[in-house]
Amino acid sequence: MNLFFHIGRYFMLLYRVFARPQKHSVYMRQIIFEINNIGISSLPIIAIISVFMGGIITIQAAFGFNSPWVPLYAVGFTTRESIMLEFSPTIVCLILAGKVGSNIASEIGAMRITEQIDALEIMGINSAGYLIFPKIAAAVFIFPFLIALSMFLGIAGGYVMGITSGACTEYEYIFGIQAFFEPWKLYYSFTKVLVFAFIITSVSAYFGYNTSGGALEVGKSSTSAVVYSSILILLFSLILTNLFLNR
Amino acid sequence: MIEIKNINKTFGDRQVVKDVSFTFHKGKTNLIIGESGCGKTTILKLMVGLHKADSGDILYDGQNFPKLSVNEQENIRKKIGMLFQGGALFDSQTLEENVQFPLDMFTDLTKAEKLEQVNFCLEKVQLVGKNKLYPAELSGGMKKRAALARAIANNPSYLFCDEPNSGLDPKTSIVIDNLIRNITEEFNITTIIVTHDMNSVIEIGDNIMFVHKGENWWTGDKSQILKTKNQELFDFVFASEFMKQVLGSQAK
Ligand SMILES: Nc1ncnc2c1ncn2[C@@H]1O[C@H](COP(=O)(O)OP(=O)(O)O)[C@@H](O)[C@H]1O
Ligand SMILES: [Mg+2]
Repeated sequence: MNLFFHIGRYFMLLYRVFARPQKHSVYMRQIIFEINNIGISSLPIIAIISVFMGGIITIQAAFGFNSPWVPLYAVGFTTRESIMLEFSPTIVCLILAGKVGSNIASEIGAMRITEQIDALEIMGINSAGYLIFPKIAAAVFIFPFLIALSMFLGIAGGYVMGITSGACTEYEYIFGIQAFFEPWKLYYSFTKVLVFAFIITSVSAYFGYNTSGGALEVGKSSTSAVVYSSILILLFSLILTNLFLNR
Repeated sequence: MIEIKNINKTFGDRQVVKDVSFTFHKGKTNLIIGESGCGKTTILKLMVGLHKADSGDILYDGQNFPKLSVNEQENIRKKIGMLFQGGALFDSQTLEENVQFPLDMFTDLTKAEKLEQVNFCLEKVQLVGKNKLYPAELSGGMKKRAALARAIANNPSYLFCDEPNSGLDPKTSIVIDNLIRNITEEFNITTIIVTHDMNSVIEIGDNIMFVHKGENWWTGDKSQILKTKNQELFDFVFASEFMKQVLGSQAK
């Protein structure tokens, strides 16, 4: 009952978000602002996490594959597959759900409780469209670039840490990351990223937009935004994985 | 001119606004007064459409707002300026961007024309030169004045103010009251002010509706209010001994 109420209200909000923009120049300005706010500002955390995770996956793989039957290029291969299929699209998006999602929910929630959203409505502005559409558009545009960068840095991190720690040789790693490469898997990864970008921004905006009360409720909205977008990311990761990879 | 006719509003099972009718005149400062929780803000929000009335008519110069299409409602809203209780300035924008916002959204003015209008409004509220400050850097009184500048930026025909001087010292309150009155008279706007501040009532009460428990309990102007025989209004006006002495002597 409660769940259906939220789902219904979520889609009603989306309907307003995608109504015809009232002033394109203003929307465009907001989108560019949000690309910076949501995307570029997330670069440092993505870079750090990706490099370290790449290194750790490489070393762990090398540690696990000490049987003579497993060829050493399997280390590079494993690192590439893990990063490209799951770590960068899903785990990095979970981290972004924490960073970007809480940011969006608390920003919009604070605007709600201080009547800034009412002020927009009074002026005759579609507040849902003005506040939320630029965030969704910016995330859907910029997330694929962030994730591509994460993939690159993860594999590069594996290279640096794998070789400096002696887990594998340069030749094996380079051979491994090129082995059995199937480009269509990138479709799968980036489809996930687009879906997750949409989930994070729209679900977080939904919780922020429907805040009522005071500062305490803004905090609660922000928590709900992170929890629900994370759960939905995992759910859709499972669904999309079944659709693409389960043959 | 705005007329409201027999409007009702219920939250849950509590009727907050009961069959309220009143006429707000053009070029005048129309006041809605009453004690906290009597339904003043709710009436204001019903009038601008932030709440939906259960029944009743809200006529903006003859056009029945609740019955209009979404597009027609938007067209009326573009003529509404509203000063919220807390100011409701956009935190992420500077003072200048805040005031310019309605112009960005609804006009095709050039950059220079917009800036001219922004500075004109800031001058009206005595905030010249504060263009680049953010709301967090403004004092309470400055926030209210900045919000007033934004409310009048797009030359509204109707100006709504919810407790424009709550939380302000008496001197700043008078400044805000006078600003609102001057703007109302200069631009011939229909202004509606919600307040429970007796100073404002005595200063700018051209046309007053006293709301008690969600009903229109008494109507009149500032000269009539001091001579009232209505018990609830009397208790509201002469809430303190001090008021009784000061205003009581004026009333005689
Ligand atoms: N959105 C709402 N939902 C439920 N009750 C509300 C809502 N808004 C106001 N009320 C109730 O309506 C009554 C009148 O509130 P309000 O109009 O804000 O009073 P005032 O502005 O005169 O102080 C209060 O008792 C308040 O609790
Ligand atoms: Mg109020």
